[in-house]
Parts: sequence; structure tokens; C-alpha cells
Amino acid sequence: MASTEEIRSGLADIVNEIAGVPAADVQLDKSFTDDLDIDSLSMVEVVVAAEEKFGVKIPDDEVKNLATVGDAVAFIERVGT
Amino acid sequence: MSATIRTTQVSREARLLGIGGYRPARIVPNAEIVERIDSSDEWIRTRSGIATRRWANEDETVVAMSVAASGKALAHAGITPDQVGCVVVSTVTHLYQTPSAAAEIAYKLGTDRAAAFDISAACAGFCYGVSLGADMVRGGTADHVLVIGVERLSDLTDQTDRSTAFIFADGAGAAVVGPSDEPGIGPVVWGSDGQHLDLIRQREEWRDALFAPGGPRMPHLTMEGNAVFRWAVYEMAKVAREAIDAAGITPDDLDVFVPHQANMRITDAMARALKLPASVVTARDIIEQGNTSAASIPLAIERLLETGQARSGDLALLIGFGAGLVYAAQVVRIP
Repeated sequence: MASTEEIRSGLADIVNEIAGVPAADVQLDKSFTDDLDIDSLSMVEVVVAAEEKFGVKIPDDEVKNLATVGDAVAFIERVGT
Repeated sequence: MSATIRTTQVSREARLLGIGGYRPARIVPNAEIVERIDSSDEWIRTRSGIATRRWANEDETVVAMSVAASGKALAHAGITPDQVGCVVVSTVTHLYQTPSAAAEIAYKLGTDRAAAFDISAACAGFCYGVSLGADMVRGGTADHVLVIGVERLSDLTDQTDRSTAFIFADGAGAAVVGPSDEPGIGPVVWGSDGQHLDLIRQREEWRDALFAPGGPRMPHLTMEGNAVFRWAVYEMAKVAREAIDAAGITPDDLDVFVPHQANMRITDAMARALKLPASVVTARDIIEQGNTSAASIPLAIERLLETGQARSGDLALLIGFGAGLVYAAQVVRIP
């Protein structure tokens, strides 16, 4: 299982590719909406790419609970183990 | 008992021979819509790519728009109405249960009693119709099939619904499918997924709308945008790849990509998922036209031809997808 930092870094690459946000800005305390300007459609793309990259399933109902990068990393750590 | 039935089966290929569209006169910019849905021009453009859409007036009926688009398609194909053997109309906004829009259109066009019927395949309807038309031409059931996609979605749009009011629009597109020496319409890859019928649908049936406790109301269309986005981008990218494979070509052979103009974000994400070569021109008629459901693909093809972005003979990947859920994709040569 990947470390917290590895998952954060992997997510940062995804967010960079989909939304053009500098990967270095994608830190655990950042809000996808307020800090990184990721709207709901881009979030769908991020979620699908994260599912592929980390081999996890992120249900639609769960996506709305993933407010920050840290929330997403914690979810992936939890279901990935 | 021993007689053999004669059939019409012939050995020939089919292709699109002509295309034509009708865009309603009234152009509706985002500014006219934002107040009712507490939104902004920038929000709508970012979320959908749409800057303007067309809404039909009273005279621009489903039949009138279809007749206008069909006249252009017949002229482009170089055939006369009496050569049309069948008229197939895809629409969800002809508000008569019966008779069909197709029969009236066939009559008003001046066809010689062409067979005529409507199909209900929502935003996949044009690709469904092209598939039916190609099979009719290949099978000898008809020499020329007029395939029409037409909608007045504004009639069924809740103007205060933040997820649909800025998307849906009106218009008509028509194509003539006819015989060809070379294959011009690849195998269709199509299907349905009724498990997700709730994602895009009419809110209620007509009876419930007419006898609603507060008085009659229109049964508006509803859509769950994020779930549709996910399905459209990722599941439809797979279908598009299958259609490319089925036609025996590679993405490098494509000149044009014409997805149903649902939302530019879907188009962009699907093009990324498909990893199409940079040389492939992607249709973005939605910017000025909005989402016209079954009419969007022929309208987008017409625009590509008018602007010189596509040329006759180009190879195009078409994919339609929508309420049902239903979908269809095929590779065709541009007429």
C-alpha cells in the first residue's frame, strides 16, 4: 500500500493533468473547490483517474464528502487497505 | 406450398449523400437565462461551453423545422423528394402521441408515399436512424432514406432548473442515406442501459402532469449532470473505440470527431479519454447552438462543412448518447 505522501503526490499529478493546477499546490489542507478551483465535473474526472491509479472504487455518494485533498487521500488509504 | 418468396435483397453499400440543418431564428444568449437560475455567463460557459442557443418560435414546429432541414439535405444529395423511400424521424418533442411527425414530413416534402415512422432514442437518435437507414439501403428495402433528428427541447425545459435550463435548445438536422459503390457507413456499435433510466428523463408521465393537484403543468425533462457526465465520458469512450475498431480503421485514419453536442466538457473529456490525434477536428457546434439532442450531430456536421473544417469524403466518428440510457456510434464518410 502506498504511503500518504505517495497518494498525495499521485493525486497532485492527476489534478495537474486535468485542471492545470501546479502539482506543488495540491497539499493535504487544500480544498478542491475553494483553493484549487476544481468544479464538480472536473472532480468527476479526478475521481475516475484516482480510481484507476490507486485501484479503488469511490462511490458517487462519497465524492461530496471529499472536500479537501486530505479527505481524498484518507479515503483512498482507508479503502485501499 | 412450394413457391419461393422473392426478396429485395441487393448487394450494395450505403453512405451519407447529403446533409442539411435548420437553426431557429431566435438566438438566446446566456444573459437572457442567468437571472432565472441565479447564474452567470461565465459559469454557463465554464460548465458547458455554451454562449448562445436557439429557441424555436411558434411557427418553427417540429414538422416545419424538419421540412426545412430535409429540403437542404435532399438538394445536397442531388435527389428529388420522390426518390425518398423512407423517412425516419428521431424526436422526443413531437407532442403528439400519434400520428407520427414522419408521415406529415414525408407528405409536406412531396415524397411519393414514402414509408415513414418516428423513433424514440433521445440524443442517440440520429446515429440510430443512420444505422436503420444504412441497413435499409444495403438490404434493398429503400433506395434513399431520409434520417431526421429534430427537437424543440425548450417546450419541455423547466426554465428555472439550474441543471438543464442553460443546456437544452431547438433545431433540426437531416441526412440522406443512399446507395454507394464503396462502404460509407461503418458498423454501428449500439446498446441500452435501462438500469439508469432515471439519470435523464421526463419528470412524470403526461397523465400525471395534466391532472396534477395544482392544475396542469408541462412534464419537464430532468438530468443528473454529474452521473451523466461520468457515464458519457468514460463508458462512451469505450463505445467510440469499439466503433473505430469495428470499421477496421485506427484513430489516425479519422479526420473528424462529431459527438452528440451534449456539453463541451463531455466532448473535451471524451476526446482526451480517446487520445485522438491532434489532427482530428472535433465538432463544437454547442457553443452557439446549445444541446439539441437528436439534431445536434447533423447540425454539427453541416457547420463543419460550411466552415471548411470538414470536407466531403472525410472519415468521421459519430457517437450519440442519452436518455434511456441509449447509445450508438459509427464511422461514416462525410457527404
